[in-house]
Amino acid sequence: MMHHAAAWRPPSALPYRWMGAALWLGLGAFLAWNALNVEVDAARIQRGLARAGTVFARAVPPDFSRWPLLLEGIVESLQMATLSTALGTVLGIPVAVMAARNVAPLPVYLAGRGIVSLGRTFHEIIVAIILVKAVGFGPLAGMLTLTVSSLGFFSKLLAEQIEQIDRGQVEAVRATGAGRGAVMLWGVLPQVLPRVVGLTVYQWDIHLRQSTIIGIVGAGGIGTTLYNSFSRYDYDFTLAILIVIVAIVGAGEWASAWARRRIQ
Amino acid sequence: MLEVVGLTKRYASGDEALRGVSLAVEADEVVFVIGPSGAGKSTLIRCINRLVEPDAGSVKLDGLEVVGLGPRELTLARRQMGMIFQEFNLVERLTVMENVLTGRLGYVPLWQAWRRRFPPEDVAMAFATLRRVGLEGMENKRADALSGGQRQRVGIARALVQRPKILLVDEPTSSLDPKTAEAVMALITELCAEARIPALVNIHDVPLARRFAQRIVGLTAGRVVFEGGPAALDGAALERIYGGAVAELDEARAP
Repeated sequence: MMHHAAAWRPPSALPYRWMGAALWLGLGAFLAWNALNVEVDAARIQRGLARAGTVFARAVPPDFSRWPLLLEGIVESLQMATLSTALGTVLGIPVAVMAARNVAPLPVYLAGRGIVSLGRTFHEIIVAIILVKAVGFGPLAGMLTLTVSSLGFFSKLLAEQIEQIDRGQVEAVRATGAGRGAVMLWGVLPQVLPRVVGLTVYQWDIHLRQSTIIGIVGAGGIGTTLYNSFSRYDYDFTLAILIVIVAIVGAGEWASAWARRRIQ
Repeated sequence: MLEVVGLTKRYASGDEALRGVSLAVEADEVVFVIGPSGAGKSTLIRCINRLVEPDAGSVKLDGLEVVGLGPRELTLARRQMGMIFQEFNLVERLTVMENVLTGRLGYVPLWQAWRRRFPPEDVAMAFATLRRVGLEGMENKRADALSGGQRQRVGIARALVQRPKILLVDEPTSSLDPKTAEAVMALITELCAEARIPALVNIHDVPLARRFAQRIVGLTAGRVVFEGGPAALDGAALERIYGGAVAELDEARAP
């Protein structure tokens, strides 16, 4: 007879073993059903590829002759990204403090978490559509959109950082008789400052990328230029814009990586 | 100077850390509190400056009742109690000077704290204190670049520039090697004598307590079970304080 220990199997997360098999079977069926519903059709793919070929042929070589329009869009995107980062940081720090359980009293904490969740609930595109309706077409709507997304992203990550700080350092500052504000400035802030700077730069980088897309729903920036060139079938200009977007996002990413390396 | 009566603390976990502790520290007196781990030494000190809120009892500092003070009055009371920590608790990313000046935060308005500007006399006092604790020329080093002994000296300087009426010292030497521990303990008692500040010192190193104490209080399971001079701390007294903790007792009896 086999020794008992040799028959050991890791305990399952499910109460019965047959449930595992049923789960996999169900998942497979569900995926197959989804594939049928999106009508993966060889003929359609073939026709689509041919059309894509035409578009691509007309896009080469890229047309940079309308560079003033391009430059205007890029500058607008940069402005939107920079302003929303500044605004997002200034508003995000207090919200992060509110949303950190170890420094905020319970009612304030709940309010803070509420703001953070609200900022994270909707995708930028949805926020942009609503804000374009509210304040009209143009970069103002885009800037506000990015600020809202900041509040969700920046505040949440900073709040998590605040929740991880060393309590001893804060306790020592409290013990000197410092008031609430001074404890924040001298006990909490120094511990999270590298993170604040890092997140701000990272945020700017993300905003720059997002600003290229929210223009499509009319929120200004290079995205609007891109969308217009598409609808006018100016594919050579489209390619020029895409090349510039790749360059600017790449440059932004490099700048942000450099800045974050510098402030460890 | 400090009068503690019937101090009681029960944590939310159900641990009864303090069961009616009473003790007094006179002006110019350094009192050592000894006892096994978990006896309530740290809680006692933290209930005095109310980093931990006591459930019952009274703490009088120079006649002022600290228990029950509102937030504003509490910061004013804390300003008069300098605290030194086991883990030093320096703000690691700040410089030595900034850590020392933290001791003056209770004296400056918030906007000055925000601008990191302190009155010239505060800065002068910080420099003088750094020199006294043996850290001259170190003011611009970051706290996380210092050795353990140096860090505790910064912690001592931070407590001293508060110009406190009393020092509350929580296991100041537990994170240090024996030689540094002795130097730091000597420095604390010297400074207390110089500035005529009394101190309440938690320690679990009995030989150190014997050497430096004027009076020793023994704490066990949240109760005071011994009080007297170093000479009165005999085998029977240690047995009472450390009870069944045989290993700790043997260590304590070693010269």
